[in-house]
Amino acid sequence: MTGVPDDAVPKLPRGVKLREDKARGGWTLMAPERIIKLDPIAHEILKTVDGERNVAAVVDDLSARFNAPRDQIDRDVKAMLASLAEKRFLDL
Amino acid sequence: MTAPPDIEPPIGLLAELTHRCPLHCPYCSNPVELDRRSVELSTEDWKRVFTEAFELGVLQVHLSGGEPTARKDIAEIVGHCADVGLYTNLITAAVGVRDGVLDELADAGLDHVQISFEGVEDEAADRIAGLKGAHAAKRKLAERVIALDLPLTVNAVIHRANIDLVEDMVRAALAMGAKRVEVAHTQYYGWALRNREALMPRLDQVEAALATVQRLRDELKGQIVIDAVVPDYYARLPKPCVGGWGRRSLNVTPSGRVLPCHAAESIPGLVFDNVRERPLAEIWLQGQAFNAFRGTDWMPDLCRSCERRDLDFGGCRCQAMAIAGDASETDPACAKSPLHQRLLDMATEASSSAEIDYDYRRFL
Repeated sequence: MTGVPDDAVPKLPRGVKLREDKARGGWTLMAPERIIKLDPIAHEILKTVDGERNVAAVVDDLSARFNAPRDQIDRDVKAMLASLAEKRFLDL
Repeated sequence: MTAPPDIEPPIGLLAELTHRCPLHCPYCSNPVELDRRSVELSTEDWKRVFTEAFELGVLQVHLSGGEPTARKDIAEIVGHCADVGLYTNLITAAVGVRDGVLDELADAGLDHVQISFEGVEDEAADRIAGLKGAHAAKRKLAERVIALDLPLTVNAVIHRANIDLVEDMVRAALAMGAKRVEVAHTQYYGWALRNREALMPRLDQVEAALATVQRLRDELKGQIVIDAVVPDYYARLPKPCVGGWGRRSLNVTPSGRVLPCHAAESIPGLVFDNVRERPLAEIWLQGQAFNAFRGTDWMPDLCRSCERRDLDFGGCRCQAMAIAGDASETDPACAKSPLHQRLLDMATEASSSAEIDYDYRRFL
């Protein structure tokens, strides 16, 4: 998939949701007949996906909160969002 | 019997809410001996099962049948699952569904709908389902799923009569608005085993269908996800059936029996506990049927010494039962099985049989 534009507004569609997995610990992304176990970074990224903020705002927020280089966060966030969109777990 | 200490909680639960169904598909995954309405669990029983399932660690429930909407309490069941925190997946034949039911389910918190399809044209599809008007009803319900903004999966059940339509079925699913399509090659248990001669495709047809899927995956990337598995009789590696016996999922029948997989009742000697008599967690951890093929101790040497034993968990016990006559034998779908060639011969012979009538699913 080609680049995710800065002004795209990522949104979890109906049927895809963040859920805590109390039995095993950690967080998951629940999707149709799929359960994706999230590492802490993926969880942080998805927590910022609210259907209102665009990709640039998500990257700004994360790089400020984690005091990390913006270009690296930008790359990681876009790669993850593109991968989820390809699986139809995310609207862009 | 005490359970081994390293048992993980299950992730998924397949709830066969009822065996009642308006369709007569000759490959139905229900057992040949169907549960009658009079023995079905009550609403309160099912609610308790789902609460216990969530507490045990289940994340997703697959509400199936038969036709799950044949139960009048389907919205109450979906609502309860959503309340306790379970992700709900409705697996429906989409025929005979009362107007407005889907809207009620969406309001109750339903997360996903899977509809089975038999083909792309009314007459041919209806002949497979054994009911006139079935295909039109499915198309209509699929439209309602999309209108309600619910995610839709199309389950395209594949066999000799429609295997050459795989591309048409995938494109029809895309046109309907499905985000996902399962190209579900018929597996031969239960009703399908009874109809093997009528359903089995040829090897060249299966190979062509697999190549088609690969091509469409590339072409339709980002538009629709295509899931497909190689059917057992033409496989070289066995499937990791149900993610490993007693590892990830469990199945509750309409009358409350708890099975490690939907075909497990075809294996003699297993004891299936009932949710009316034992808590679900106890059944999962200590039930005889669940511990019968857990881990690797039960495996023949061929499997226990195999480098893939933790990838496919020895394949499918029901296929070993059906073909080898012993559920603890190596899955004949595996190329290492001494019966592998016989399985392929059975497929070749069945696929070359003349056109014969289906023995449609019915209450015997």
